Amino acid sequence: MKRVTFRHRWLPYLLVLPQIAVTAVFFLWPAYQAVETSFFVEDAFGFSREWVGLGNYDALFADKSYLASFKVTLVFGLSVTALSMGLSLALAVAANRAIRSALAYRTALIWPYAVAPAVAGVLWFFLMNPSLGIVAYWLRGLGVEWNHYANGDQALLMVVVAASWKQISYNFLFFLAGLQSIPKSLIEAAAIDRAGPVRRFWTIVFPLLSPTTFFLLVVNLVYAFFDTFALIHATTSGGPAQSTSILVYQVYSSGFVGQDYGGSAAQSVVLMLLVGVLTVVQFRYVEKRVTY
Amino acid sequence: MKRVILGAAAALALAGAAKADPIEIQFWHAMGGQLGEIVDKFAADFNASQSEYNINAVYKGDYTETMTAAIAGFRSKSHPHIVQVFEVGTATMMAAEDKGAVYPVYQLMQDAGVAFDQSAYLPAVVSYYTDTENRLLSLPFNASTPVMWYNKTRLDELGVAVPKTWDEVWSVARKAKDAGVVAPVSFGWQSWTQIENFSAWHDIPMGTLENGFGGVETEFTFNNDAVVNHIQEIADAGKEGLFRYGGRRGDSRGMFVNGETILWINSSAYYGGFKKDITGWEFGQAMMPVDTKVKAEPQNSIIGGATLWVLKGHPQAEYKGVAEFFKFVSGAEQQAFWHQQTGYVPITTAAYELSKEQGFYETDPGTDTAIKQLSLNTPTPNSKGVRFGNFVQVRDVINEELEAVWAGQKDAKEAMDEAVSRSNALLRKFQQANGS
Repeated sequence: MKRVTFRHRWLPYLLVLPQIAVTAVFFLWPAYQAVETSFFVEDAFGFSREWVGLGNYDALFADKSYLASFKVTLVFGLSVTALSMGLSLALAVAANRAIRSALAYRTALIWPYAVAPAVAGVLWFFLMNPSLGIVAYWLRGLGVEWNHYANGDQALLMVVVAASWKQISYNFLFFLAGLQSIPKSLIEAAAIDRAGPVRRFWTIVFPLLSPTTFFLLVVNLVYAFFDTFALIHATTSGGPAQSTSILVYQVYSSGFVGQDYGGSAAQSVVLMLLVGVLTVVQFRYVEKRVTY
Repeated sequence: MKRVILGAAAALALAGAAKADPIEIQFWHAMGGQLGEIVDKFAADFNASQSEYNINAVYKGDYTETMTAAIAGFRSKSHPHIVQVFEVGTATMMAAEDKGAVYPVYQLMQDAGVAFDQSAYLPAVVSYYTDTENRLLSLPFNASTPVMWYNKTRLDELGVAVPKTWDEVWSVARKAKDAGVVAPVSFGWQSWTQIENFSAWHDIPMGTLENGFGGVETEFTFNNDAVVNHIQEIADAGKEGLFRYGGRRGDSRGMFVNGETILWINSSAYYGGFKKDITGWEFGQAMMPVDTKVKAEPQNSIIGGATLWVLKGHPQAEYKGVAEFFKFVSGAEQQAFWHQQTGYVPITTAAYELSKEQGFYETDPGTDTAIKQLSLNTPTPNSKGVRFGNFVQVRDVINEELEAVWAGQKDAKEAMDEAVSRSNALLRKFQQANGS
């Protein structure tokens, strides 16, 4: 690897300073506050503050519904990641081959990214509404009794689809850029060696895309864990029962609905640790299979 | 140019001398859509009626968001003078009153020297918001109560009367189902309509210590036989196709409006919207059905809705304006207008009388159902309201457990036991944070 040397001793530090400042203000400081708050019980208006040690954490792990929420979060996160990455890879491959009106396809595929998560949620909510939604109407025509208000699996399916739809554009953009950076000559050489399109994809294209895929895997999991709050809030509010109550929604509901700041902070700390561990696992084990 | 500026400055100085700028009073509320327009109208009318104060009414999102915003504002010293808080936030606000964040309304009116007669309000409304010494802490503004909305056209076609008991509800539902009605019975705000009000309506407690009025040590008891049987009955009806769950809050409203459901229990405050949205058939409202296995005759229903709370921490002089505004909005004319436009209950006797005089109940029959339900009998400790800490979250717990019943994952007994134990944990948490 090439080593870069700076002539001034402080220049490199100066150059990373803005990034460090941003991280400190928007991550380190709030994270510290969350950790601190999680050791206290406070009333809503902030008059009294009582040190409870690990009391908030104890209460969390004694709560069956909180533990159930881990499972929901995992199912939700993995499904959203798999669905949105799979679909966008397929679309990117298709768009990469399109010759005519390629620009129009690409624009149409990138469009949903401009939609705010809450709006995306409401949009799907209307489409799927059991009494008024057009999709629910079609499903009824196919003999599927659709009622995501009562049926937890259907509700989870709905939010997975909505969350994935929202993320497809982003993944598509990266996959397409990745595909376009793969040298044509490699593929042509393989074609001359009589490798079919499927074989070419799995032995040449997919391995060469692995850095992009790995990056997207990390980003998508983080998206599914954190960024989908608005969508859940605007559609199911975590219900029915607790079938769509993902961890980040629980943080909101304890903190903002319940004004239980200590409990909510404890949940954010747990969530932060969870995502940290997941990211480390990905970098240690999955990244080994990536060829840069 | 210079002369123009000088002239303008002089004019401004003159105007300033003649009339001081009105004192700005911030009012955060949760009334969107048509309701928000009426609130804006009240503020504008008040501002036009005098020149000392200027009420600035700001829509802050739904009830939860408005309350959270006000609390966050208080913690950062940027809170409004007046905030509209829904009934389930009452315990939280009262705890804050103990600690000096809230300016109780009785005291505000006294300090400002504005005449205020608490007995002008309906007892069932006032009892929800008074302290143990019967002093009013917040100003009732919009109060509603659950009623049974029915599709009159459809019931007439079926040749049946409006059901009065739950047994009649199911028999009507069976007839309707046979005649092709998709989901004859449904309801919204299920904790409020099927547990809180079901309990009050049949005069049974949902928690100890007078439903929490007696102190923060209260515990829930709504896993009693009456409630469990009622919930199980609905779940069984669901299996028969007589009932369909249509979501939390008012999400099932569409089912009633498009005719899939013909008996729908939810707030009387849907009136204004129904009047506009329902065309081509007639709707009506009737009292909630009675479960005769529990009690032969109903007690009285309890309210939902919101009141206006005053937050401390602004200069004393500004609170005079708040008091004047409160006097204005509780005027008979304003309250009668509000009631007739929206379907909220007329919260003062004067507003009720005025609406009668104006002939509102003759032109819009059934609109007095809510007030009749509320004043059916003198409220008992079981029917004057509920006051539980963390109640917003408790309602979500109840939502979750009931949804498990509707989906057939749990039976009613199992779900209600679980709801009570989870909700009691929330009560203890509230007690820990707010107990003295």
